[in-house]
Amino acid sequence: MNFDGFMYPNEVELQWSVLIVLYPFLTGLVAGAFILASLERVFLVEAVKPTYRLALLTALAFLIVAPLPLQLHLGHPERSFEMYLTPHRSSAMAMFGFVYLWYLMAVLVVEIWLDYRKDIVLMMQSFKGLKKCMYWTMTLGSTNISNESRRVDNRVGWLITLIGIPSAFLLHGYVGFIFGSVKANPWWSTPLMPVVFLFSAMVSGIAAVMLLYMILSKIHGREIDQRCVDTVARYLLYTFLIDFSLEMLDLIHRIYEADESFRSLDFMVHTRLYTSQVVIQIVAGTVVPIALLGITQVLRLNANVRKRLYAIAGSLTLIGIFAMRWNVVIGGQLFSKSFLGYTTYKMGFVAREGLLTAIVLTLLPLVILWVLVNLLPPWPEKNAAVVSPSTPRQLAD
Amino acid sequence: MSITRRKLLVLMPAAAVAWEYVLADQPEGSPNYKTTDHWWGMLLDITKCIGCGSCVRACQLENHVPDGYYRTWVERYVVRDWGFGNIGVDSPDGGKNGFPVLADKEGKSFFVPKLCNHCADSPCTQVCPVGATFISPDGVVLVDKKYCLGCRYCIQACPYGCRFLNPETQTAEKCSLCYHRITKGLTTACCEVCPTGARQLADLKDPADPVHEFLKTHSVQVLKPHLATGAKAFYNGLDGSVR
Amino acid sequence: MRLMGGESAGSRLNTSMVAFRDAVHLIRLAIAFAIGLVLFFVARGLLVPKSFGEFGHYRGAALGEIAAQPISYAGHEVCEGCHDDVLPVKRVGRHARVNCESCHGPQAKHTEDPGSLVPPKLDTTVLCARCHAASHSKPMDFPQVQVAEHSSGLACDTCHQPHNPRIEAKGRK
Repeated sequence: MNFDGFMYPNEVELQWSVLIVLYPFLTGLVAGAFILASLERVFLVEAVKPTYRLALLTALAFLIVAPLPLQLHLGHPERSFEMYLTPHRSSAMAMFGFVYLWYLMAVLVVEIWLDYRKDIVLMMQSFKGLKKCMYWTMTLGSTNISNESRRVDNRVGWLITLIGIPSAFLLHGYVGFIFGSVKANPWWSTPLMPVVFLFSAMVSGIAAVMLLYMILSKIHGREIDQRCVDTVARYLLYTFLIDFSLEMLDLIHRIYEADESFRSLDFMVHTRLYTSQVVIQIVAGTVVPIALLGITQVLRLNANVRKRLYAIAGSLTLIGIFAMRWNVVIGGQLFSKSFLGYTTYKMGFVAREGLLTAIVLTLLPLVILWVLVNLLPPWPEKNAAVVSPSTPRQLAD
Repeated sequence: MSITRRKLLVLMPAAAVAWEYVLADQPEGSPNYKTTDHWWGMLLDITKCIGCGSCVRACQLENHVPDGYYRTWVERYVVRDWGFGNIGVDSPDGGKNGFPVLADKEGKSFFVPKLCNHCADSPCTQVCPVGATFISPDGVVLVDKKYCLGCRYCIQACPYGCRFLNPETQTAEKCSLCYHRITKGLTTACCEVCPTGARQLADLKDPADPVHEFLKTHSVQVLKPHLATGAKAFYNGLDGSVR
Repeated sequence: MRLMGGESAGSRLNTSMVAFRDAVHLIRLAIAFAIGLVLFFVARGLLVPKSFGEFGHYRGAALGEIAAQPISYAGHEVCEGCHDDVLPVKRVGRHARVNCESCHGPQAKHTEDPGSLVPPKLDTTVLCARCHAASHSKPMDFPQVQVAEHSSGLACDTCHQPHNPRIEAKGRK
């Protein structure tokens, strides 16, 4: 048997696989990317404006893919619509279905539509055939892009973003609550779980958008706005410090209270979870990026060096946050609820819930993002017919 | 066994009637069964369990439980001294074929049969996103396998490890307290075959049920009481080391 | 939603018409959402199983479906209905409370067709040891033996009658 000590007979096999690790990672990127976008829109941090549209498209790309790992995990995906028909109100998972739908349709899609509406109309007018048809559908048949209408759009868009911030918090906070509310599992059950999930989501989202902005700029041969990327990196650092503090608080609290589960969890972290928790998540994925980002704030380094450090820090951050999801989901299933044993996770490769599937699902949003970036360019100068989106905003109050 | 033709003529109809009762056609089982008259639980007597595994085998046969998964199982505890490090537990194939003899005779050893506790405040039904698992009006926590999505949230939420995902139906599954039997006046398969009476079905709403007297005269516990699940599997003689 | 006044000077009517024209795309959006909502409720009405919510947040019909599962163990009362020669032997012995199917296995099918579906003769060497092989874990007051020493390899029913296992003159086979 592939377990040590004693496990309840039904516990030996893990229930939630790497796909369930991937799911909070993807929704975390969505929430984080959106918060970054809202920094500009609501908190008027003008420096990060160049990433605004890209952040929204990133959020959309990841949000579209997010349900896929869940569907592939279900025993009966064809019954998944039952969550919308007869949601059990006491179940965080059921309520989450509505939070997801609300966020996708009422917040993200509407915000993107409002911001891009003028470009969509102009693109519809400049293309022919299938593309024209597609853009026309997106206009909902309305071609009014007068300044007044744009002002209306901006006002409503601002409101949507305002509602969108708590919605984004809810989107990922709920995922944290899905784990945090399970009293049967002491590794998961803590009121800090939704907060930790949320802040780590923000960290991953900001890092992802920062990286994508730098990479896409390079690919498109555009210059990276240094002030923008410096500001994004600074916000990444601040959020990271909060996230790290929260995780350390959880750890210290556990060690101090040392309840019934502590012995078993401590052993697990020192053995089966050591590499993913201590080496990857804490050291490489948190301490090192914070140190690198901290260095850029304390020392005066030239722009290129700073960009390199941001790229390294951002990449390590993403790996670290993925590791955090892994440690929560997989870690929570490696120990027995009898606190007397440990099992192993046998991850397949080419299987419905295997590693290959996880890799494909991680790359898929990037493919979708590529399509979105071509469909709704975040850099309108690429298409000469389209005017910069920043103009109407400045007319609004 | 000797049966005369005459006896057979008398006994066959009697058996047929009994069997008809067992086979009762209505989906609700016996038409005399009212769910609101019952509140089911189970009494498990650690002082009587001999770890024969009959219950595990019977449950598997009665409920077509796939190999490697367990609706009920038996654990053997060996407690050598005070302290976590001195507790040893094993459950070879759920105790289905009994237990190999212990070489070391140190400390105390006993068997603990486990099953779904049919919690009155069950955390598993709380988390089901669609209402595929629920507590029936007569206190049995059941799974509607036609409605279950197989999301496995309930399996995560059960503190006792009594749930699993049936690989054939791809739905969550667990002890149903032999609902198809108890609604027809029979006892559960595990209780039926238990040779020592260590397992006994209990109807907490029936004033004549021996469980009431038992609870008043013995030291009885439930598993993991700190989680306040309202567990209805009552253990007599449960040692503090039992998890 | 307060709108900025329109550029055109003029009557109040003009201003609100300008406002409406500039917001009509939002109204179209709202209509699209409303249609979606209606479709959702229609689908819900069609797809939710009829018995859902009858007793609680679950499909009421599930209770009946689960209760209709076929039975494998007939239960000792059914056995005793026919085998009334075994009952008086068993009732006075140490195996009085050991139900028939505990040793004989599930016999519901046998009760359907007693003539042809006869339960096989049991191998006592294996069967009895399951309960009675001595183990440090079993309760002290439970009758248990070191099987090899006790029977020297003989089948248990050489000396014991399983329905009433005490070895007395009457109990012997």
